[in-house]
Amino acid sequence: MLKNRIIPCLDVKNGRVVKGINFVDLKDAGDPVEQAKIYSDGGADEICFLDITASNENRNTIYDVVDKTSKKCFVPLTVGGGVRSVEDINKLLNCGADKVSINTAAVQDAKVVEDSSRKFGSQCIVVAIDAKRNEGGWEIFTHGGRNPTGINALEFASKMENCGAGELLVTSMDKDGTQSGYDIELMQMISSGVNIPVIASGGVGTLDHLVDGIKSGASAVLAASIFHYGTYSVNEAKQYLASKDIPVRI
Amino acid sequence: MNVTIVDYNSGNISSVINSFKEVAKDKVNIEVTADLNKIKSSDKVVLPGQGSFKSCVDALSCINGLIDTLYQFAINHKKPILGICVGLQMFADVGYEETETKGLGWISGKVSKIDNQNGKYKLPHIGWNQINILKDSKIFKDIENNSHMYFVHSYEFVPNDNTVVSATTNYSSDIVCSVEQENIFGTQFHPEKSDKIGLKIIENFINI
Repeated sequence: MLKNRIIPCLDVKNGRVVKGINFVDLKDAGDPVEQAKIYSDGGADEICFLDITASNENRNTIYDVVDKTSKKCFVPLTVGGGVRSVEDINKLLNCGADKVSINTAAVQDAKVVEDSSRKFGSQCIVVAIDAKRNEGGWEIFTHGGRNPTGINALEFASKMENCGAGELLVTSMDKDGTQSGYDIELMQMISSGVNIPVIASGGVGTLDHLVDGIKSGASAVLAASIFHYGTYSVNEAKQYLASKDIPVRI
Repeated sequence: MNVTIVDYNSGNISSVINSFKEVAKDKVNIEVTADLNKIKSSDKVVLPGQGSFKSCVDALSCINGLIDTLYQFAINHKKPILGICVGLQMFADVGYEETETKGLGWISGKVSKIDNQNGKYKLPHIGWNQINILKDSKIFKDIENNSHMYFVHSYEFVPNDNTVVSATTNYSSDIVCSVEQENIFGTQFHPEKSDKIGLKIIENFINI
């Protein structure tokens, strides 16, 4: 039986781990390579690096981080943030990333998703969707949540599936950093609206939130703060999910 | 001992390289190349594969003499070869991803899309699934039945002769996830991404 995945996410800036609250207010707290190794030894099903300020700053540091991490961690490694082109994706994959997540570039030019999934395979192309509630549903944002687009989240999700995305990483901007739980309605809507796996993200504060995320139809749950600040270990999270009859790899 | 990972521009093979180097340490020489002479003189060969069946077969065909060299290695000389993911799938006679494409034809069978039961199962099949070991395989030494392996694929290998199947995994139905036919080994899952248990499978292959 396929297990639900727990994915700790490390927000990385200039080669160091930080975790933002609502995309600002950064705190420096650790070496990404060591952190990733702790997670993979602790039972993380995948590791996610998000290079949060990559759109604006020199992002060469992330290549070095990915290279070092991939030589120590033998679980899948997803890297996102500031990925602009097929060439950026190629570089990250060559450094040892297994999947690359694309956000702004996918919105600006869907061809990046089409071309890269054809060239490297859908299995390594994740489209990251940052969505915020509006009157009619959810609107997607780009540039780390700074720029509104007027594009409906579900329509965009569907379009990305057709372009060849292998997975969707869906983050609720309303919930991100609040520790009040995933936006369950958003996750339900996207999960039931597409035939590719959805990774739920944004808002985890308790282990019950992870349970709710899986119950919403997501194939995987992503969390940063609760693991990063040691509130819970990945193993504790898995044991808790198992106790709630959610299939996980233990 | 020399183990060659065939680098035929099939997409991302850095994880395969990293995992083999981790297991090999300094005891085994790991080459990453498409050089025909180096492949010929290798003790073992690893055939990775990412992307579509068609793109991998095309990439393999693009390198002059590569398919013949691999054929001699695996079929004539019967030296150990391990296909991973699409690397395994290419052992089949034919694949149906994108368009009907002829495979290597080393293990009789076809590669077709996993039946998602009208959307009941999401594709790709991504994540950790348990393997059901059906026969003793050299690469499963000290691997417990029902171990978790990391999968990411939408197509499955359907062999004509089920005796080659060494393990299956259940997703929509029982999917072939490991084969052994004499010196030819293949895994649909990614041992290079399956944590310590995956590294053990790589070690088993190196130690054959």
